[in-house]
Parts: sequence; structure tokens; C-alpha cells
Amino acid sequence: MRSTLVVYLMSGAETPELAAAAEAGGADLIELGFPFSDPLADGPVIRRAAERALAEGMRTRRCLECLARTRARVDVPLVPMTYASLLEAYGWELFAADAHAAGASSLIVADLPVDERPELRRVQLVAPTSTDERIELAAGLTDGWLYLVTVAGTTGARAELSPALAPLVERARRLTSVPLYAGFGISTSEQAAAAAAFADGVIVGSAALLAAEDGPGALERFVARLRAALDS
Amino acid sequence: MIPGRFGPYGGRYVPETLVPALDELESGWERATADPTFRAELDVLGERYVGRPTPLYAAERFGSAGRRILLKREDLCHTGAHKINNALGQILLAQRLGKRRIVAETGAGQHGVATATVCARFGLECVVYMGSEDMRRQRPNVERMRLLGADVRAVEFGTRTLKEATSEAIRDWITNVATTYYLIGSCVGPHPYPTIVRELQSVIGREARRQVLGSHDRLPDAVVACVGGGSNAIGLFAGFLDDAGVRIVGVEAAGAASLGTGRPAVLHGARSSVLADDDGQITDAHSISAGLDYPGVGPEHAYLRDSGRAEYVTATDDEALAAFHRLAETEGILPALEPAHALARALDLDAELVLVGLSGRGDKDLAQVLER
Repeated sequence: MRSTLVVYLMSGAETPELAAAAEAGGADLIELGFPFSDPLADGPVIRRAAERALAEGMRTRRCLECLARTRARVDVPLVPMTYASLLEAYGWELFAADAHAAGASSLIVADLPVDERPELRRVQLVAPTSTDERIELAAGLTDGWLYLVTVAGTTGARAELSPALAPLVERARRLTSVPLYAGFGISTSEQAAAAAAFADGVIVGSAALLAAEDGPGALERFVARLRAALDS
Repeated sequence: MIPGRFGPYGGRYVPETLVPALDELESGWERATADPTFRAELDVLGERYVGRPTPLYAAERFGSAGRRILLKREDLCHTGAHKINNALGQILLAQRLGKRRIVAETGAGQHGVATATVCARFGLECVVYMGSEDMRRQRPNVERMRLLGADVRAVEFGTRTLKEATSEAIRDWITNVATTYYLIGSCVGPHPYPTIVRELQSVIGREARRQVLGSHDRLPDAVVACVGGGSNAIGLFAGFLDDAGVRIVGVEAAGAASLGTGRPAVLHGARSSVLADDDGQITDAHSISAGLDYPGVGPEHAYLRDSGRAEYVTATDDEALAAFHRLAETEGILPALEPAHALARALDLDAELVLVGLSGRGDKDLAQVLER
């Protein structure tokens, strides 16, 4: 079965064009970062991108506009990824409604574990530290697929694919039949292919942002290499 | 289970990776508090290592006509501030949980020094995150932490103060959660930290209540403490919350009034009253006092504000400095700039007998004060 390739982009003026490039390169789903000033789950690359986006005025309403413009350019599902403080300020239900109206398929909230606001429909995250009970709870409430955080740590490149991924996938398979996509610390084609040997999909964030710094052409080539590695 | 919320505040707004560690912390805390040997060990160390009980001192020359001011002298604790009460309790808990590596954040450096101290005392590895701006203005505490064997890591992004140091300590914890205990310094953060810190600091209020009844045969009209994250305040207030006749007053820095001018937002794992803009982005705090220079506040303070049981006011940098000089010149006590905010407001409260939490001593602030 074809592995799902998820690419993360930060909201900004260039995002619709970058998303189109990622889609052309073979991305199946795009996560769209809505930047937060104090992102606890993020490593240096996404943090820097968030700081830049905020400095350019990418606040919630402009991120939603960016989402709508991106929706007009690409066919793949778009999923905003953000932090609880933005939803708290905007209104939890209103945020979800307006994101969907702007073309989002779902939401990811990095600092909202499954037992906080369980009524908010979203893609749930599980980690190597999650108990079986929590994986079951998250899988039962998740919106379409489960986000497997491969490492205890923040987003960003690692030298090796986390050894915690295989056992986490194995546990999750026993507990649920929802698709499992692995993210955090997957930056190279080799790591993507290795993760896809276990998981149903891979999520590439920081490395995609670095590629996107060199423009849509560079991003498309980077995504195409990931796609080729997953399909080979 | 201990309650995870204070009305609509508190909770656990953290990446999933940390939730099992918070569950472990909560059950470890419940076991510890149910175990008389934990309490006994803490009491013995409090007495012989920290120097408890700290005195309640009548500042007769500092007060003004018709207003008597009592100081709860947490500045006389070992390491020079109330922070050691919490650090000692949490280090005993960390040992019960089998953790050998401790991470902490620090603003003014007092919590960092307290953490480095207890890590030295128990032979544990200690990493302290501190904003580079705070390292500049609290140089002596950086040197003290290093002498105590701590690895002090400069945080070089954002505001370069306590907010970023806290984020970085939490990121370290996420990354090393299997081996590491996060020793948070204030009554902030995800559940159960605000409760643990309040319980460990409530020794201040318990002692103060007993002492004032002993020396004055009555309760104070008001208790006053400075509020940054709010740990010394919550500890002092805890002793008087059930005494309906006692006014409870928290004093924030005017440029960091999370309770005065903040709004509900999520920062560092909890929903509280936070300095944030319309979009939920956290805004910068400004205070001469590094320990109050924080855009968030403990969720229980937000709850006490909403319920009306406590009132929260502000003092400016200049008012704090004036109170610093006044206490030095009238009583021979150099307060830290943080409780100098509480001292400033205590002088103009409409109350006859006022108990002030003197949470720390001012040695660390000499350069700041002399600069002005």
C-alpha cells in the first residue's frame, strides 16, 4: 500500500505556492503551521519559522486566509497545526468552524493531550511514553489518523530514526485499526523509508521548512525525493 | 486524585509525551504526602538546613503612623529566599521517583540557586536554564549556581528572560523525560505542579499565622505578598484563606500584571490569566525585578482573583526601589526587589496591622539598584 507523505509548512505569504510545489512533488497531506509565540513542542527550525511568521503579522485571521488561499491552489487535505492558546483566544468551537470553512480537513493542537477538551474533533497525538490506555483513548477520539510522535523530544532532525518508533507502532496496531503516521525527527529519504516500513505514513516538518527556504523548486525536489524513497 | 483545576484555570496543556510523567508525579506526590516519613524528613531539613521557622519581625521604623508592619523573614532562609522550601520538598520527591537528573528554570536566580543547592546536598545532576538578559542582571546568582556545581545554560532567544527559560526547561524535560525530574520554581505549569508548590510553600503561611497569634494575640488586618508566578504569595496566603476577616493582597509589577491586565490564555502547560494579545500570542512583561518579569501567573491566583477572596494590585519599578531604600535605611534590611513591590503597597494599605511576605534578600540586586 502506498505510504502517505505529510509535509509541514508554516503559514506565510509564500505558502500557497509552496503547498502547490509540495503537492507536485508527491505530498498527500499538508500540515499548515499557525505560529505561536511559545511553542513547547518545537525545536529550533520550526521555532525560528514561527518567529519569522509572527514578525510578518501571521496572526490567526491571516493564517485562516492563508489556509483558504492554499485550499484554492491544491487538492490534498490541509490540516492546521497549532497550540492551545490560539484556540483559547479565538474561541475553541469558532476556530474549528472557521478552519473547516477555510478548507481544513482537521486540526492538530500540539499541547492539547487527549483528555483536555476531548470534544474538540482533531488528530490526536501519541508518544513512546503513552500508556496503552492513552493510545486507545486517543485512537478512539482521533479524526481519521493517529499522529505517532517517534521520539521523546521536540520537532527537528535527528541523526537516526528513533528506535522507539517500531515498538510504538506495534503497540498501536494491537490497540487500533486507524492509520498511523509517524512524525518528529524524520528528515531524510532514508529515515522516511525506514519509518514507512512500520507506519502507514510519515510526517516531515523541519527538513521541509529548510528546503522551502530555497523556494518552491527546491521544496518540490525535496518532496519528490521523499516520495521516491517511500515508493521504492 | 487531587483536583487538577482551580475553577476554569489550570489543567494540563502539554505535549502528550509529558502526560504519563505528570501522572507519575501526581501519584508519587500522593504517596509521599501520605507517608509520615516524608513530612518528617522535610520538617527536619527545614529546621536544620533551611533555618525554619523564620522570624516574624515587627518593622517599627519602616511602618508609618497608624500602620504596623510585620515581616515574615523568608529572606533569612538558607540561600536567601523562600524558593528553598519548594526545592527541598521536590528534591525529596524526585528521589522517591528515582530521578537522578534535575532540570529547572530561573528568573532572578533564586530558584536556580535553591535547586543547585539541594542538588549539591543530595548529589544529583543539576541543569538550570536562565535567560541571557537575566544572567546579565543577576550575575551573582549565576556564579553561586556554578560554585554549587550546576550547569547553567543561557537561553538566547525571545525575551531572554524567565518565559523562555521555562519553555527551554520544559523542552529539556520532554527530551529526557525518562531520567529527568523537572523542578519547577513557582506555582505555575501543568497539574499537579501548582498544587505541589503551594503545599510546599504553605509552611510560610502556617508559621506566620501561628507567630502573629502568638505575638499579637490577633490576626493581621491584611497579608501582602509580591506575585510573579506567585509561589511565595500562595504559600503565605494559604495560611489565611479561611480567615474571612483577613484581607489578602497580591502585588504585581506594573509592567508584568498578569492578573491586573492579562486575559485567559495558555502558557507553560496551564490555562491562567496571562499577558497576551487578541490572538493568544504571549506578550512581553517588563519589570526591574527579574523574579516578577513573567507574563503568566499561577492558576490558583487567577481563581482567587475571580472569586474575590484575594485582590491584586501593582507597584511600579520606582515605587519598589523607594521601598527597597526605605527598608534598608529604617530597618537595616536589604530586601530583594521582588518583595520590595509588596513593601511599597503595604505602606499605603488602609489597614492597621499588615503582614508582608519578605520573600528574599537583596544582595543579588545590588548592581541593579546601584545602576539607578
